[in-house]
Amino acid sequence: MEAAEFLQYVIAGLKSGSIYALVALGFTVVYGSTGIINFAQGEFFMLGGVLTVWFYGLGLPVPIAGLAAVATTAALGILFERFALRKQRSAGPLVLVIITIGGSMVMKSLARHLFGPDELSLPEFTPGPSIDIAGAAVERQALWVWGLTIVAVVVLWWLYRKTRLGRAMRACSISHDAARLMGIDTARIVMVSFGIAAALGALAGFAVTPLTQTSWDAGAAIGVKGFAAAILGGLGNPVASVVGGLVLGLLESLSVAFISSTYKDAISLAVLLIVLFARPQGLFGSARREKV
Amino acid sequence: MGAELRIDGLCAGYGRVDVLRDVTLRVDAGEMVTLIGSNGAGKSTLLKAVAGLLRPAAGTVTLGGVPITGMAPERIVRQRLALVPEGRMLFGPLTVDENLLIGAHSRPARDAGVAADLERVRMLFPMLAERGAQISATLSGGEQQMLAVGRALMSGPEVLLLDEPSLGLAPRVIAAIFEALDTLRSEGLSILLVEQDAHLALRHADRGYVMRNGAIALEGPADKLRDDEQVRHAYLGGRPETRE
Repeated sequence: MEAAEFLQYVIAGLKSGSIYALVALGFTVVYGSTGIINFAQGEFFMLGGVLTVWFYGLGLPVPIAGLAAVATTAALGILFERFALRKQRSAGPLVLVIITIGGSMVMKSLARHLFGPDELSLPEFTPGPSIDIAGAAVERQALWVWGLTIVAVVVLWWLYRKTRLGRAMRACSISHDAARLMGIDTARIVMVSFGIAAALGALAGFAVTPLTQTSWDAGAAIGVKGFAAAILGGLGNPVASVVGGLVLGLLESLSVAFISSTYKDAISLAVLLIVLFARPQGLFGSARREKV
Repeated sequence: MGAELRIDGLCAGYGRVDVLRDVTLRVDAGEMVTLIGSNGAGKSTLLKAVAGLLRPAAGTVTLGGVPITGMAPERIVRQRLALVPEGRMLFGPLTVDENLLIGAHSRPARDAGVAADLERVRMLFPMLAERGAQISATLSGGEQQMLAVGRALMSGPEVLLLDEPSLGLAPRVIAAIFEALDTLRSEGLSILLVEQDAHLALRHADRGYVMRNGAIALEGPADKLRDDEQVRHAYLGGRPETRE
């Protein structure tokens, strides 16, 4: 294989890897503050794309439509937590996880009902020919995907490290009881986490729709991949989730290059199983900590 | 700065298991009161019920005359009552400074008192000033306990509850912590101290309560309790106080 061809596969891997990273971050943020896996995370991705197309159809320019879609999805994430999950918090993690599965089905069905069963597409943010990098072609939209991923990661880092809210979120991820003794309203933190997770998922859906199109059922597949990426990184650590996403994207892309495209979608499942069997704390995790 | 804490007829438990039975206890403003008793007597349960981590089944808790019974812990800390919990419950992966800042979460971000209290805590435990950037889980047990006390003080409490602050620590460290508690009391803070080391607790406190099977069995001034035959027999190892 020539260097340029190899580079082409690497670029493709990093492109889908960025999307997985954003979705994985959504899993991580919710897991951090609640200790549960939110199986509706993939639907936030779907809503981001589908709602952008809908807002765009109303005549809004693409960036505004995307912003509106991200904001709407974040609001839906908050409402989902507030009205579907909060009252059941005392029922334990299993019940909550099952509610997220139910929520995912409801969101999917509503999307199909409201936006139709067909594939939806969106123009590229900045249409134009691909850019040549060392013989490999990079779509302009891929640059947007990377750019938005970087912005999201930096904002999230700043939020966690530098703000009062972020400190409260980290306190919450360590112990709810201790956080409450400090005066942190943990119920509110959980709600905010769902909003952030939904926004991250929606941002991914918005950024990638011009490349892949989207539809009401786009959430399930990306949910599995984002989950695999989050597990690979060792749930609970945002930086590791991003690396997990990029590694998964590269693995998929290189498997197409060296094995066969037939197995591309099986890679994430294989990764998920191998990590869970062999290294449940993920690539970067140390000993598994007990969630209270 | 201290406020009065009154606990009247408090009953609480876990699920169907009753632990506390009709507990009545008070801490006057600026007083240090200790609650002693054997393991499983219900001392920690009482502190949890007062701080809001456990909802009492009956009875009342008032703080400076304001009822706080059954309030959520995040609201109780805003009423100026802080708990240094059993096992410390530090935010282990976070730094010392971050733990202290989170301790002040219940106060407005621009509260000038926060900076003043940070200074005060660092004066009280100079180690916390030197180790600000250290991950708190890597501190020694005694340092962690100091951080736990410092973190609780960052909420600007009028009443401080402590759950076995001496547990598992070396005598030298225990002395440092109790010296700090004496200082806080002399500054007017009201303190309710749960201890398994009855000698130590009765030496520092003004008054004491003895808990047995979830109820108050005895109460009185600390020096009277130290001399009490029953207390001496049951909790002080049956010998007159010789350790100092």
